[in-house]
Amino acid sequence: MTVLQLIFLLTAAVILGSAAMVVTAKNLVHAALWLIVTLFGAAVLFAILNAGFIAVIQVVVYIGAIAILFIFAVMLTRREMLDRGPQLNRGWWLSAIIAVIVFGGLAWLLQGWDGLTKTAPALSSGFDSLEALSRALVSPDAYVLPFEVASVLLLAALVGAVYIAFQRKGEE
Amino acid sequence: MDFWSNPIQAAGDWLSGIFVGWGMEADAAHVLTAFIGILLLITVVMVLDIFLVWLERKIVARFQDRIGPNRLGPFGLIQPFADIIKLIIKENIYPVGVDKAIFNLAPIIMMMSVLLLWAVLPLTSFLGLDLNVGVLYLIGVGALGTLSIIMAGWASNNKYALLGAFRQVAVMISYEIPMVVALLIPTILAGSMGINSIVAAQSTWYIVLAPLAFVLFLICATAELGRAPFDLTEAESELIAGHHIEYSGMKFGLFYASELLHTFTFGGFIAAFFFGGWRGPWVDQIPLLGLLYFLVKAVIGYWIFGWIKYTFPRIRIDKMMDLNWKFLVPFSFALLVYVALTNALLRETSFYAWGMFLSNILFGWVTLEILRRRARGERVKVETAQKPGF
Repeated sequence: MTVLQLIFLLTAAVILGSAAMVVTAKNLVHAALWLIVTLFGAAVLFAILNAGFIAVIQVVVYIGAIAILFIFAVMLTRREMLDRGPQLNRGWWLSAIIAVIVFGGLAWLLQGWDGLTKTAPALSSGFDSLEALSRALVSPDAYVLPFEVASVLLLAALVGAVYIAFQRKGEE
Repeated sequence: MDFWSNPIQAAGDWLSGIFVGWGMEADAAHVLTAFIGILLLITVVMVLDIFLVWLERKIVARFQDRIGPNRLGPFGLIQPFADIIKLIIKENIYPVGVDKAIFNLAPIIMMMSVLLLWAVLPLTSFLGLDLNVGVLYLIGVGALGTLSIIMAGWASNNKYALLGAFRQVAVMISYEIPMVVALLIPTILAGSMGINSIVAAQSTWYIVLAPLAFVLFLICATAELGRAPFDLTEAESELIAGHHIEYSGMKFGLFYASELLHTFTFGGFIAAFFFGGWRGPWVDQIPLLGLLYFLVKAVIGYWIFGWIKYTFPRIRIDKMMDLNWKFLVPFSFALLVYVALTNALLRETSFYAWGMFLSNILFGWVTLEILRRRARGERVKVETAQKPGF
């Protein structure tokens, strides 16, 4: 077993354990903090796969912005910081069935895939994944159209948010 | 390879050679050597941190016309060690209702977020990882610092602590935007996001090519560090101490030490981005000289932060948000476009450095003129509204 595999197994164990804690933690703020551990583990996985840019973006966007907004929302909307209600609702068996079906389907799909036992091909020396990604995002025969469409979508969301929150003069 | 051109690499190779000789696998030995290197770097940085406490107290004493610590040892150099002994033997207090695990974790994550920055700090041409996303890494690690503050504020079960944490998080999230844009300008000029490549590309220091980006980065870094005039998280007159109000002993010491080390680290980043980092005379012949140049420039950066902290009064929170969203964000975007354009136009010409400097001065002058017109207009409006006869 190589060191890389050892790091991968440790990371995977941390991700699975913390993901279980997100669902089972009674305290909502604790659940949000466990979620951060899970997201950080995903960033480590990206870093192992030589995708440094995506790893850093994962930390900046998910931990730096989204997780902190989660914590804010939990802190500001709860009167009691602790949630003492039941953790399951009436539809729990339905979601359990769906989870089992999805897990079974994925396992069945991955059974025939040979990528699980193959070693990763070595990157050519001097390969810059960031440069390759940026060229792909703006080149017309790669992803320029999806990239621009996503930008327009985000801009529309931004304008919509400003319109909803905007106070006209004299309106209180 | 010549030993003195890269002593760290040579020492690392020697050490992993010994481990392999003991029958260890080659890549396992490599990982172990890397861990030993990380441990050494952290130890050196923490010892440096002890002397930063002394330096900080000497700087503030100078600004307040005092002498500062001068009793223990020469120039009071032993004073921080006495402080550490005092902090360690203090009682460890848990107030009622704290969330113990998070309460204890917060100062550790705070310190960690600062130490992680040292991975990409270009100490010399061979020390410091040249990550191809170095600039973004800087921002991502800052997010961990934000997280630790909100953890400390929430776990303390104290209204002042929570208010301080909310303020600090709001400030950090908003000032991150102009900071990223300010850092994109050295990235454009150097054509790389790796911090060591940015230093290597500075045949002319970027303080000459992009002085406005330097000012922008300085303002945003002061806000990110939570130091005066932006220290609203601690605002003694309103919040007593903000997020670390309930901490005692060494846990408070960790917050204090990480603030000082964070400031020094940002002094180092200012040196790397705008003052040529480890570049200096004869550094090509003796690469180790770069370490000395870098540390001198970083201490100057640290002193600039101290100068700002002890000179300006604290700004009100709403004024601070106004400054960011109504001025710095649009200004930074306009500056980014402007610098990218002038850089593309002037790059091949013989007056590149002068052209960039003068065009930046022109941009700054136009900005100031627009601001002055607006301020004058608003003042006239207020004055005419107040006069009863009109």
